[in-house]
Order: sequence, then structure tokens, then C-alpha cells
Amino acid sequence: MKTITVNGNEINWEKDINIDDLLKKMNYTFKMIVVKIDGNLIKKNEYKSTIVYAGADVKVIHLVSGG
Amino acid sequence: MNIYKNKYNVDQIKENHKIIAEFKYDIKKLSLGYSNKTLHINLGKSKISSKEVSQEMKDKFTGGRGFNLKLLWDAVNENTKWDSPENEIVIAAGPMSGITQYPGTGKSIVCGISPLTQAPVDSNVGGYFGPYLKFSGWDAIELQGISKKDVIVYINGDEGLIQIIEAPKEDVNSHLISEQMCDIFAENEMDMKSIATVSAGQGAENSFFGCLNFSFYDRRRKVARLKQAGRGGLGTLFRHKKVKAVVCKFSSLNFNNNEVDNLEMIKEVGKNYHRELYEEDDKQCDMRHVGTAHLVEIMDDYDLLPTHNYKFGSDSKTPKISSPIWREMFTQGIPDGCWYGCSMQCAKCVDGYVLRTGPYKGDTVSVDGPEYETAAAFGANMGIFDPHFIVEANFYCDTYAIDTISFGTTMAFIMECYENNIINKEITGGYDLSFGNGEEALNMLHLMASGVGFGKTIGLGIRRLKKLFVDKYNADANFLNDIGMECKGMEYSEYMTKESLAMQGGYGLALKGAQHDEAWLIFMDMVNNQIPTFEDKAEALHYFPMFRTWFGLQGLCKLPWNDVEPADNAETEEPAKVPSHVQNYVDIFNSITGRKIDKNEMILQSERVYNFQRVFNLRMGFGTRTSDKIPYRSAGPVTNEEYLSREDRYDKQLQEKWNWNPKGKSVDERKNKLRQFREDAYQQLCDAVYKRRGWDNNGVPTINKMKELKMDLPGVIEVLKKYGQ
Repeated sequence: MKTITVNGNEINWEKDINIDDLLKKMNYTFKMIVVKIDGNLIKKNEYKSTIVYAGADVKVIHLVSGG
Repeated sequence: MNIYKNKYNVDQIKENHKIIAEFKYDIKKLSLGYSNKTLHINLGKSKISSKEVSQEMKDKFTGGRGFNLKLLWDAVNENTKWDSPENEIVIAAGPMSGITQYPGTGKSIVCGISPLTQAPVDSNVGGYFGPYLKFSGWDAIELQGISKKDVIVYINGDEGLIQIIEAPKEDVNSHLISEQMCDIFAENEMDMKSIATVSAGQGAENSFFGCLNFSFYDRRRKVARLKQAGRGGLGTLFRHKKVKAVVCKFSSLNFNNNEVDNLEMIKEVGKNYHRELYEEDDKQCDMRHVGTAHLVEIMDDYDLLPTHNYKFGSDSKTPKISSPIWREMFTQGIPDGCWYGCSMQCAKCVDGYVLRTGPYKGDTVSVDGPEYETAAAFGANMGIFDPHFIVEANFYCDTYAIDTISFGTTMAFIMECYENNIINKEITGGYDLSFGNGEEALNMLHLMASGVGFGKTIGLGIRRLKKLFVDKYNADANFLNDIGMECKGMEYSEYMTKESLAMQGGYGLALKGAQHDEAWLIFMDMVNNQIPTFEDKAEALHYFPMFRTWFGLQGLCKLPWNDVEPADNAETEEPAKVPSHVQNYVDIFNSITGRKIDKNEMILQSERVYNFQRVFNLRMGFGTRTSDKIPYRSAGPVTNEEYLSREDRYDKQLQEKWNWNPKGKSVDERKNKLRQFREDAYQQLCDAVYKRRGWDNNGVPTINKMKELKMDLPGVIEVLKKYGQ
């Protein structure tokens, strides 16, 4: 089984999954986020077109809000 | 416009006024954000006097919360209790407060020895009072002593006049007295915007978590809006001093009352920020339409919304109290800033609400809020997923001056005690206080405000209730300490922390008690996994509390810092700090004061005051490692029901994080093992944070640290020596 890492946690990789779908899968609904794959910034308008490849190290950085 | 069945009689109120003391002063222009004087009112002796602000005071304490703590330190001694005459309510703005070119600059900070914690507490609040007070000539006001009769303190910043006025006929509850002060002290309706009032209602007289209401007149709605200095029972202290209202009148607001060093620079920074906010807010937090209530569904999605006294972090009924509901209920399209120039406009309001319970049943009112904390506390934590209950309870908490956070968290504790048969109908006076029972919760609120029955008992707050239930009803002290969500005597605000060790520290290590305004680290820690080691967490628990303390020194609101962010913030090295907004603050501070600080000096300004406050805690008899202890529910599941609700998560952690095989073990065995690991982790976190902050292993600032900060004042050193330094 191929995997990817999301915020340090290993999860199963799905073929052709894009960033938009990955965020839905992780239930990451907060809007103020920064997404990087292997250290490279993915802009918001690229979420649908960016396919996550097997073995990718994905960081979905939620920026501090609250209070 | 509010519509009352029984309208008050302004003439009758005025006829009963009697001036007890009067003080005249010369009105002078401010200088670089400071008035350089503070006002002292002794209510017991009916004396009014002024004090000079020295350069040393500005260098060491900066302003706002710093000034308050310095003045409070000088006023009290180590034996002072919250109800001692020498205790004070101190209110200040801060050098940046009152500029109108940048959002979130109208904050006041209030300090005093807290009825809940018996230690210094700070609470920040919007509205016009802080800026008006400063523009009237005062960087801070101290209210000391206890008046024999109910009084109003009136500051007329137009004429340079201060009066203490005997005030027997005013209503106490805030939605009324705030309007009455406008009726009495404004020349006409246009002038009502010149009146800012601080008040506290009857709930503050009869509970330990009374809040202060800071009002401003909303010309479009024709009502006095109420913003709260909620935490720590300062409203209780206010009414204990028999103050009905502190009123400041100031009608000469212009674009540069602060007499700043470089107005053009401030305008430029402000212009860029306003543009950014208009372009980004709808795509980000939507503060302009729903305020902080946007967080309800977000917290639920991440299992962070406290439900049933913090047992769980989400609930299937959350959509009933989520932001789409509030967007409908809040009046849209009306400017909603709580100070001039605030384009964030997050002070939302439910208008035309007809009250269905209590003394004002049938009246039509505008209700400020609910904000996130109130919606979460009343809706999810008490299990009452009914927006109309939330609005009704929000209105009454505000006008009675009861802190919505402490009320909600205490009620959630009471409900769990009720469902565990620790208390029953015999004790509650016949009321069924199960989770979800909104009608009975409102009954408790009205009883609390009236100082009657079990409602009054609930107003003791969780720390005192735990003792009462153990002493009187033989409750299990260990269980109550586990589920009673308070730290240092202050009830928790509304975030789940079980899966974020750093946020457990954010609450437990906060100086004043369990409030999240020092650090909100859950996403960084639990979701992003950005601060995995104890040292990483300690660094975050150094930087963010120091950075956020700075807002309190300056008279600023935290929200414009990071509830909207520049479009390119993601591309910066430290997006969580929002570097360009930090630079905005540095630039504006320098443009106001003429100084040349950088972002490091900014942190130093905070560190001076923060460490001083830690020493102040020690002076009042607490503030060591013992005081930083948290209830176990903050760290993990107390009951089997909680463990089983997230069984996979906990079992996985036992295996993967601590290499302990949960297979074949009972729930009790697994729960107890998890507790052992998590409690040990919290103590290791304390070790790391104390070290990072320059404190000893007992949480006491070292003399070297105070010297490094140039805060080795004689009184400070004397206290530290008593703690072995």
C-alpha cells in the first residue's frame, strides 16, 4: 500500500487525489491554511489542479486564529 | 431602538442626584499617545486626585495593562483580599489606543484583585471608554475604597470636571443604566455618541463572576451597545464598591487626538490594511458578517467544541448553532465597529429581539452578540442547541453583568454533577438541571442575578462549588477536581485541549487563570504538528503570550492581527506570526510615540510586564507550579464514556506514542495508563516553559531574569527572596 504523509501522519495514498479532495478527506474546513508539498507552496487557485503523488510529504498549516 | 413596557423616568433620576465631591483640572493636549497623568478616585473618602506619569513608568510598564498593574501593586499589600477597601479597579487605554486610522484600537484594559482568583486579573474590552478617558486627560483611572452609597463617577473631558454623584434612582442593570447615562449627560441625541459608560448589573452583586459592561451609543440603532470586560469578576468588585457607573463624556474627537509623531505613516499603514481586509475577509473568517461566531462549526469539525462539560469535542446538533444561523439572525449592512475606524466590524448584534423570560419579558431589545465563546458555552457545553436560548441568555448575562464564559462553564459543571447525582432536585430547589434543559438554565440565571436559591449558589463559581459539594454533600473531591474546569479559580473558556499539550499549557500557564488570550496553539500543535518537542512547545508558549500581552499594553484588539491575513502571508517564513501585521504594529507604535522600537523590543516590553505580573501573583500568595495545575479533563478522558467515545484514538496513542500495548486491557486500565502518560507530559511541559521564560523549576522568575529585563525593583526583589531567589 502506497502512502503519503499529511502533517506528519502517514495515511493511505489515493490515485489522482488532488489537494481540494485531500482537504475534504481530512475534514480540514478551516479557510486560513497554507499547503505545501515537499516544501513547495501550493497556491489556493492550484488546489484542484495539483495531484498528490505517492510518497508526498504534505503540510497543511492552519494559521492561528481563535480568541 | 429598544422598546420597554415600563420606561424609566429621567427627570426623577436626575432630581435625586447629589454631588459628593468635585475636582477641576486643566485640559491639555496629549503628547505622543500619552496624557502623562492618571486619575485616582477614593470612593470611601470621596477624594479625587491626579498623579504624574514618569518617564520611568513609561519605560518599564509602557501603558495599558502595564500601568494598571503598577498602580495596583502600589495600592495593595500582600494581605489584600478582593473585598478589601484598598483593592482597586484600574482602567487604562494605552498609547496606541484611540487612533482611528487602523482597526481595533479602542480597547480598554481593566485590572484588580479578582474575587474568583484572589490574584491580579486583567480583562480587555471594546467600546469608547478607554480612548475617551485618555483624550479627557487620563492614561488610567484608579477606583479605590468602598462608597457608603451608590454613586456615579462622572468625568467630563470637555470641561475638565470630575464629580462623584450620589445616584439612588438609576437602574443597576446595564442595558438600562447605559441608556440613562446618555439621556442624562448628553446635550441631545447627536451628543449621545460622546458618552461612554462603565457599569455592572445586579448579577455582579450576587455572583463572583460579575463582568463590566463598557457602552457606546449606536446612532443607527439608537441603543447603547454593551461590550464586556468579562473575565475574573471585576463587575463583582465594581458593585462591591457601590459604583453604579463610571461615565466619561468627550465630544472633541478628531483624527489626531493622540498628537502623534508621524500621522502620514499611520494613515498609509491603515489604508493598506483596510484594503487587505475588504479583499480577504469574505474568503477567510468572514468577521464582517458573523464575527467570531464563525468558529462554531470549525471547532466542531476539529473535535474542539466543548460539549457536555468538555466531555466531547463535537455534536451532530452543532449546525443548529453554527454561523449560517447567526448570519441570518445578525442585522447585516450596518457598521458594527466598537470603535471609530474599525473596518473589521465584528461587533454583531441581534436586533428587535422580544424577550420571553425574566423581569423584562415582552420588551424589545438589541442583543450584542453572541460571540463564539457564548455560543459554544451556552449551546454545546450546556447541550442546549437552541439559538433563541443563546440570544436570550446572552442578553440577560450582559445586562445582569454575568460573564457568559464563567456562567456557561459553571452551568456545564453543575449539569454533569446533577447527572451524576452529586446534586439533586432537593438541593437545586426542585429544578432539573440535566444537560440540554434551557428553560431551567434560564431560571438559574434569573435566580443568580436576584441572589436567590440555587442560582445564587451557582454564582460561587466552580472552585468554591467544588469545596461546597465536598463539604456539604460528601462528593468525591477527586472526581470534582477532574471535571471542574477551572484553573487558578477562573473557569475555562470554550476550547477542548485534550489533544493539544501546548494548549493545555496555554490555559494552565496563563497568569490570570484559564483564559485563552495568552496563547491559542491548538492548530499549531494538534493539527499542524509544527511544535512536536517540549522545547518547541515552550518556545510557542513564550513567544505568543508575550506577543499577545503587547495588545494589552497598547489598548489594541487582537482580532485584526490574525483573523484576517494578507494574501501573500503563506509565502512568508513564519506565517503563524503574520509578519506584515507585526510590522504594522511596530510602525504605528513608532509613528505615535516617536520612538524607534523593532519587533524584538516589542516582546521585551511585554516580558517586563508579564514577569512583573507573575511576581505580583507570588506576592499575593500563589503563582508557583502548584497554581499551574490543570483539571485532568483538560488533558484527557476522565470517564469511561469519554474514553470509549474516542477509543481508537486513545488506543493508538498508547501503542504508538508510549509503546504500551492496550490489547486485552480493560477500559479502566487503558484510561489510567493514558492519564499517567499525559499528566507526566504536562509536568515536562511546565519544566520546559519555566526554563524558556527564565523561571526556576517552581515557576518563580529568577532575580537574574528580572535584572536582565531591568525590572529588579526593590519590591519585586523582596518578593522573590521570599521564594528562595
